[in-house]
Amino acid sequence: MTATSNVTTEPVLRRSSGATALRRGLQDWLPRIVLAPSFAVIILFVYGFIVFTAYLSMTSSTLLPRFDFIGLENYVKLFKLPNWWIALKNLAIFGSLYIGICCALGLFLAILLDQKIRGEGILRPIYLYPMALSFIVTGTAWKWFLDPGIGLDQTMHALGWASFHFDWIKNRDMAIYTVVIAAVWQSSGFVMAMFLAGLRGIDTEIMRAAAIDGAGPWQLYRRIIIPMLRPAFLSAFVVLAHMAIKSYDLVIALTNGGPGRATEVPATFMYSYTFTRSQMAIGAASAVIMLMMVASIIVPYLYSELSAERQQ
Amino acid sequence: MSAGGEGVRLGAGSPFWRAVLYAVLLVFAVYYLLPLVIMLLNSVKPLSEIRGGNLLALPKVWTFEPWHSAWSTAQVGVQATGLKPYFINSFLMVFPAVAISAALGAINGYILTKWRFKGDSIVFGMMLFSCFIPFQIVLIPMAKVLGTIGLAGTVSGLVMVHVVYGIGFTTLFFRNYYAAFPTELIRSAQVDGAGFFRIFWRILLPSSGPIIVVSIIWQFTNIWNDFLFGASFADFDSQPMTVALNNLVQSSTGVKEYNVHFAGAVLAALPTLVVYIVSGRYFVRGLMAGAVKG
Repeated sequence: MTATSNVTTEPVLRRSSGATALRRGLQDWLPRIVLAPSFAVIILFVYGFIVFTAYLSMTSSTLLPRFDFIGLENYVKLFKLPNWWIALKNLAIFGSLYIGICCALGLFLAILLDQKIRGEGILRPIYLYPMALSFIVTGTAWKWFLDPGIGLDQTMHALGWASFHFDWIKNRDMAIYTVVIAAVWQSSGFVMAMFLAGLRGIDTEIMRAAAIDGAGPWQLYRRIIIPMLRPAFLSAFVVLAHMAIKSYDLVIALTNGGPGRATEVPATFMYSYTFTRSQMAIGAASAVIMLMMVASIIVPYLYSELSAERQQ
Repeated sequence: MSAGGEGVRLGAGSPFWRAVLYAVLLVFAVYYLLPLVIMLLNSVKPLSEIRGGNLLALPKVWTFEPWHSAWSTAQVGVQATGLKPYFINSFLMVFPAVAISAALGAINGYILTKWRFKGDSIVFGMMLFSCFIPFQIVLIPMAKVLGTIGLAGTVSGLVMVHVVYGIGFTTLFFRNYYAAFPTELIRSAQVDGAGFFRIFWRILLPSSGPIIVVSIIWQFTNIWNDFLFGASFADFDSQPMTVALNNLVQSSTGVKEYNVHFAGAVLAALPTLVVYIVSGRYFVRGLMAGAVKG
């Protein structure tokens, strides 16, 4: 999902002979001319729009955009809103559990699958297929599965476990954890695949040397293999963290932000303040904060990936 | 990536531990399959059986009425059209958006690796970052722009949005793929007088099969599964499948027809699931594109 291969590219190619100066000039500029529309689109629709939204967040826009500059007032307001704090708190709970459980489960499954398993070719795609589904589909499935009226609760009762009780999705204090359950189901297989690729990439010489030194398999994993998976951990963290900050669809489909505001996250906050509560400037301010959160994770990562590539 | 090679064996490979290992792996296979099985089982059950409890039971009476209803008669939003028109909308949106963004990504990747110029890594870095922005940051200006150019609430508008925010990923895919392509081949073609486009058509594109598949699958899955743009920029006639499914499920009027919801969810999942089953290998490659350095 992210940057870079580790192959260095050659410098610009130039014709050494046989062309007229004009033709050479055109050939030199042609690539840049062809690339220009894409780059212009990115400049306008990504960076231009970021500037626009950032500016809107410093105006008094409500239902429609207004362009009077009022400074950082909206940010002060935003951080006084209890709903925004609920959203941030939920993101913290959801994000840390989502990342933590996905990594733990992903690593666990990857290690198990790396034991020369017969049928790996069947198991791996089964673990990974949820990643191909829309979060709306995942949300719908888990919404009814966790619904105390028809889902797990009823099913357990029907199977004879009368005292079974699971109503987190309707419980204000617990609903955010149901978002974690569904999101982990969707993404953990992907993390497994990342770790599995990492495990397969480890130099077997190192393992053999350690094994000869008398390290048992558990020690080998704890002391040598898992530390060597650091790059995979980093990639998994970056990918999951930015997905967590952006999560919107799943919350909408699973709980629609409820019960009450119990599963409000920044993405749902932004949408409802901008489009249904007509507080566009506050919505814009929350979008800027979301962008800053994502950028603080993604930019250092991309920067280090791209410069590592250049050094190779 | 053959299975294991010299991988370390836990539990010294004793039969007992091997049995435990397989049991654990199977339990997780069940865990991942369960929601899909529940959706399928309950999409062919009468509503009364679902209300009676036990989502895991096989249907006593098999019925395909929920599928029929989800497809063509269920109330989605205000109209009782079923999901069919929205299913078609999604395809009308996905095909052009995938084709255009993949084509642009291919040519961009070619330029960024084989026709490098001063500042090209900044250009690439800026395109790359655009893949990760939270799209909330562009919703307000994009709504305004779509309104201004007359594409608000249309499928064409959604195509445009998905192309714009898909270029980053497709460029990344092709750039990384072409970076490994031997530059000598291009140099000698140049000596033979081949120009910028001819080299691309005759030399790079014919050997780009795998990365074209990866890009198409990635874009197809992402755009089909998109909800935020569809919910923000489409009106009732141009809504994609995900938005329609959500409307169907969240609709608070009348009886909650769980079996119809499940059938609708499977319908919405079907295209990406089929793509995944047919070419999962490429899907995984897209997911991983460079995220892991070996």
